[in-house]
Amino acid sequence: MEIRPILASLRRHRIPAILIVLEIALACAVLCNAVFMIGQRVVDIHRSNAIDEAGIGVITVDGSDPKMASSDIPRNLARLHGIAGVQAVAVSNTVPLSNNNWGWAFGTSPDTTFDAAVNVSAYFLGEGGDKALGLHLLQGRFFNADEYADSKRGSMPLVDTHVIIVTQSLAERMWPGQSALGKVLYSKPLAYTVVGVVADVLRPFVNSQKAWYSTFFPLSPDSALSYYVVRSAPQDRDRVVREAQQALSELDPIAVVKGRSYIDIREKYFANMSSMAWMLVLVCVVMLAVTAFGIVGLTSFWVQQRRRQIGIRRAVGATRGHILSYFRTENFLLSTAGVLIGVMLAFGINLYLMQHYEMNRLPWYYLPGSAAALWLLGQLAVLGPALRAAAVPPVVATRSV
Amino acid sequence: MFAYYLDLALRSLRRNKVLTALMIVALGLGIGACITTLTVLRLLSGDPLPQKSARLFYAQVDPYTKDGYVAGKTKPQRLMAYADAMNLLHAHQAERQVAIALTNAKVAPLRAGEHPFFSDGVMTTADFFTMFDAPFQYGGGWSAADDESRAQVVVISDFLNDQLFGGASSVGRIIRVNDHDLRIIGVLKHWAPQPRFYTQELGGRSYGDGDAVFLPLQTARAANMDPTNDDCWAVADTSKLETAPCIWLGFWVELSSDAEAAAYRQFLSNYAQQQIALGRFYRPEVALSDLMQWLRNEKVVPDDVRLQAGLAFGFLLICVVNTVGLLLAKCLRRSQEIGVRRALGAMRREIFTQFMVEAGMVGVAGGLLGLAFAEFGLWCIRHQPAEYGGLAHLDIHMFLLTFLVALVSSLVAGLLPAWRASRLAPGSQLKAA
Repeated sequence: MEIRPILASLRRHRIPAILIVLEIALACAVLCNAVFMIGQRVVDIHRSNAIDEAGIGVITVDGSDPKMASSDIPRNLARLHGIAGVQAVAVSNTVPLSNNNWGWAFGTSPDTTFDAAVNVSAYFLGEGGDKALGLHLLQGRFFNADEYADSKRGSMPLVDTHVIIVTQSLAERMWPGQSALGKVLYSKPLAYTVVGVVADVLRPFVNSQKAWYSTFFPLSPDSALSYYVVRSAPQDRDRVVREAQQALSELDPIAVVKGRSYIDIREKYFANMSSMAWMLVLVCVVMLAVTAFGIVGLTSFWVQQRRRQIGIRRAVGATRGHILSYFRTENFLLSTAGVLIGVMLAFGINLYLMQHYEMNRLPWYYLPGSAAALWLLGQLAVLGPALRAAAVPPVVATRSV
Repeated sequence: MFAYYLDLALRSLRRNKVLTALMIVALGLGIGACITTLTVLRLLSGDPLPQKSARLFYAQVDPYTKDGYVAGKTKPQRLMAYADAMNLLHAHQAERQVAIALTNAKVAPLRAGEHPFFSDGVMTTADFFTMFDAPFQYGGGWSAADDESRAQVVVISDFLNDQLFGGASSVGRIIRVNDHDLRIIGVLKHWAPQPRFYTQELGGRSYGDGDAVFLPLQTARAANMDPTNDDCWAVADTSKLETAPCIWLGFWVELSSDAEAAAYRQFLSNYAQQQIALGRFYRPEVALSDLMQWLRNEKVVPDDVRLQAGLAFGFLLICVVNTVGLLLAKCLRRSQEIGVRRALGAMRREIFTQFMVEAGMVGVAGGLLGLAFAEFGLWCIRHQPAEYGGLAHLDIHMFLLTFLVALVSSLVAGLLPAWRASRLAPGSQLKAA
């Protein structure tokens, strides 16, 4: 296909051509960034969490008498064990994505300064916590019964044991390329030896790349342990949660008892993010539709204006295929110009967003990706008007209008 | 003449219904998206106390150690330790001053058989209500003497009063908060400033309902109520937060002039120096921000909301470009009509006006449709899980803004086509016909 006559004709219709290019460029710029944001959110929402999410129910018991914790907790656990279908029960100070974060900072040497240490989230588990949560052990071991029984907290922020289990991501961050087993995490004056490494568990409050910096400590019954984790088969879960909530509120009438399935906790945590993602999808779809209709409108007008020229071309021997490919090539050229400008705009916007918001760099493959999408959109939009142009009979050339 | 243009515009719009509908729908979508996101943005970035915000200031000092400190770069801590908050409170260097922490308050039911429940609590000092213009329905707040004597009193919100006492005056009644009996001395009228400026950094929500119970700080602490958020710079016994190396309080002062603000800033700076001399502090940085500045520092408006507004404007821009193209297509198609009008004596200015009127009509129609889309958009937001969801309503300002945006964008879109139309030479168009 010869493109010189197309360029010549475009030069004579500069304004409509510029408008199409501009519209495609803007659509491309917004689309690139919106799709990128959707992608980031989808990744965030689907972050892995190596606990038995489908089988866990969580019952929180708040506002009970803190002095009674050492007798209340074993009593409550025994009651929960009695519920039909319960496979494992344990207490914990919080659960992943609960928004109730117990943060601390650790370093890998005894003299790590407070500000240089790595921020992590601490999970204090009562006996059987690994089974109730369904943690996946990768190296080492879980805590033994003595470690659970000997660990006390009092009113200190951390427990007085000397063992810790860390997630794979945290182990990799602290000791890159080495085995974490037997290594020590320090926070003056405390020190904890790593006895196990588990698959990544999310923190109670997730931000950026450090979503899996979780640590686990054993703890004997303590007032900090107000989350009862109840594990059952997924089909029993909702009934077990209901019965467990009922049982615990009967046992402790002054406490506020609330039961939820873990699936609910996770869904609620990401609800805002997922509604934002759906809104972005909606905007993208509507925007593409508007752009496509804009192209259809301008091209149809264009075709109508050039009926005579098309008739003449047909009269002097151009086939329908020639006319069709003329308009498609024209649109291809315009889309290309639009995409080129649009991609530059997209990267510009991305740079601005990176400075002002929590946003990563746009990966390079968005360039060919969005180019292909808009080329396709342009070709689809131009098809109707181009077919109509191809249908113009040669005899039009002989008429005056 | 204007009526004639309107008539011409209507005829022209009716002649090509699909194209007209396309323009109006696209413009309406763009405007609807813009107004929806702007309404939310305006709601979230609003001034919670317009009559007073310029006189309220958030004070910061820094009790942290030299670990990680870079002189001139490290910003002072966003919360205060108890000792500093009490020193500043008792110094009385401002007209009013309050220390605040949030807490989960367990409220016992009044009737047997009901379950206790948690509600949002505020542990604070006497000036809170006068300083933040919190209006009372019944009774009033407590005094500075009550603060010191740990008086067993509490102020409750209108909604808690409705829930527990059916809306009748409950002043003098006793409620059980965190297993301690407290006497109600005041009931607030509806009070929920948006954003909840005083909860920033304290671990509460930024928007949504007001708090339910307000207690004297020391009374609440004596009843074992813990702050929702605390941050410690060393391993510490967190049951004794008053003396622990921890920050957990927000500190506000009321100052009536710039001169007073400058004087208070100097006072804070002197205080920090004095504490350094005493060996308690290492870092001399202090800060004093007025309410709106503090909200900006805190980035209280969620990023997502600002991104959405930006996206909506990008979308509107695309819709406007689209309208330019379609209007241009329409007007060039009518070059013969224009030629005839020009030949019959219409001036360029008149042709221009005629096309601008047509564009304006598209704008008004787009605005009406945009309004419908915006109402729908806000309805969707009200049904979202976001904490500000329930507050999203179109007010009269945004209603008027809708039409302003619609008219401006359609007239901008009409400029180029109208100018092109008015430039057409009458002769050649007539000849072609």
